[in-house]
Amino acid sequence: MAEVVVRTTDLAKQYGEGENAVHALNGVTCAIYSGEYLSIVGPSGSGKSTLFNMIGGLDRPTGGSVFINSVDIAQLTPKELAFLRCHTIGYIFQTFNLITVRTALENVVLPMLFAGLSPEEAEERAMKKLDLVGLGHRYHHRPAELSGGQQQRVAIARALANDPAIVLADEPTGNLDLKTGQEIIDLLRRLNQEEGVTVISATHDHKMLGVSDRIFHISDGKLERIEERT
Amino acid sequence: MPNDARTTAIKDTDPPFWVAWNQALASIRVRFWRQAITTAGVGLGIAFFTSMQIQRLAETSTDPGAQVRSVWLAGTALLMCLVGITNSMLMSVTERYREIGTFKCLGASDSFIVKVFVLESLLLGFMGSLLGSVIGAGAMWAVVNLQGSRLGFGSWMQVVALGTGVGLLMTVVAAIAPAIQAARMPAAAALRVDV
Ligand SMILES: Nc1ncnc2c1ncn2[C@@H]1O[C@H](COP(=O)(O)OP(=O)(O)OP(=O)(O)O)[C@@H](O)[C@H]1O
Ligand SMILES: [Mg+2]
Repeated sequence: MAEVVVRTTDLAKQYGEGENAVHALNGVTCAIYSGEYLSIVGPSGSGKSTLFNMIGGLDRPTGGSVFINSVDIAQLTPKELAFLRCHTIGYIFQTFNLITVRTALENVVLPMLFAGLSPEEAEERAMKKLDLVGLGHRYHHRPAELSGGQQQRVAIARALANDPAIVLADEPTGNLDLKTGQEIIDLLRRLNQEEGVTVISATHDHKMLGVSDRIFHISDGKLERIEERT
Repeated sequence: MPNDARTTAIKDTDPPFWVAWNQALASIRVRFWRQAITTAGVGLGIAFFTSMQIQRLAETSTDPGAQVRSVWLAGTALLMCLVGITNSMLMSVTERYREIGTFKCLGASDSFIVKVFVLESLLLGFMGSLLGSVIGAGAMWAVVNLQGSRLGFGSWMQVVALGTGVGLLMTVVAAIAPAIQAARMPAAAALRVDV
């Protein structure tokens, strides 16, 4: 059995108070294993992005706990949380979220600088990551000069910058056409199989389900069903 | 791949200063025209302030009413400037919510975010105030010469330095609220799709 990288116990998140309260998550208990490709599916508003926020240490739960590498992230100080986001988790977004004022290379270099690498070391490693996603030749371009699919590739390279234990993706193909979306899925799957990257991806995209090892079905903030695939 | 040793040894330092500096420069370069307008606003306010200073120094009479009036005018000009910069920076923070959230996802600490925003406004403030003081003093040159009073080179330099200093101080004060707002932006803002 592979080791557990992420574990949640009775995870709950409530937005707002009293009558206006939204229970985005209602007691999610799950374990995510190192090296797996996990998809999280469910209707719009079911709590996928909320779960992404909780697992990614981007927001605090109102109940329950999240453990990453056996560390309860609610116990971390802001500095430690920043360290966790930098080293242990890579994020991929629907809207790509490259830093628009910096080049592709600079985007991949940034998290390495936050990790304390020297600029020379960082650039060398960042070029390798860009080559890995097939964009080494466009390293000096700004995001505005790249297509959506190319931006998402840079974002994937950036997510892998510090060799994170998990890569979290929220609808990574949501803003891409069918063909480009498929290329991004294939890339994530390849990185998962060849580099051993743990991928956790919230998605509406049925193509994504096909490559998953496991699928979490979420509805109304609850983990309804876990589908194992072979 | 995952390295457990690293997750336990917590580094407590921000990246080197130039990382924030480069980010501030890149942000200014990309929004060049808007930033130029903000800078011009600072420059105008400081030009006004400097010219009041020159006039005060060159003034032969010591009418207390005129003194009070000039302090009042200069103070109002500076205050308007301050409100202008704060406003334009607050706007740029709200606009950049996703960028700030993304920075936090990449591992930026709150202090790094503060540094970027303060540096941005310091750069603009410095350029605006220096330009403004030189222009304000330069404009007064002709007036003072016509009036026939003489001011030493040292006094001119002093006024330019004072104008630049006051402008710089003002931009720092103006940047405090927006920078804190930026630092408080939750990392989860990176996922927000609409405003
Ligand atoms: N910041 C917030 N404040 C208040 N309510 C929120 C907030 N974020 C999410 N919600 C609510 O929580 C519920 C779950 O939202 P979430 O974004 O997690 O859904 P989702 O599964 O990601 O949906 P989609 O597929 O449309 O992205 C929704 O009812 C939503 O309105
Ligand atoms: Mg969502």
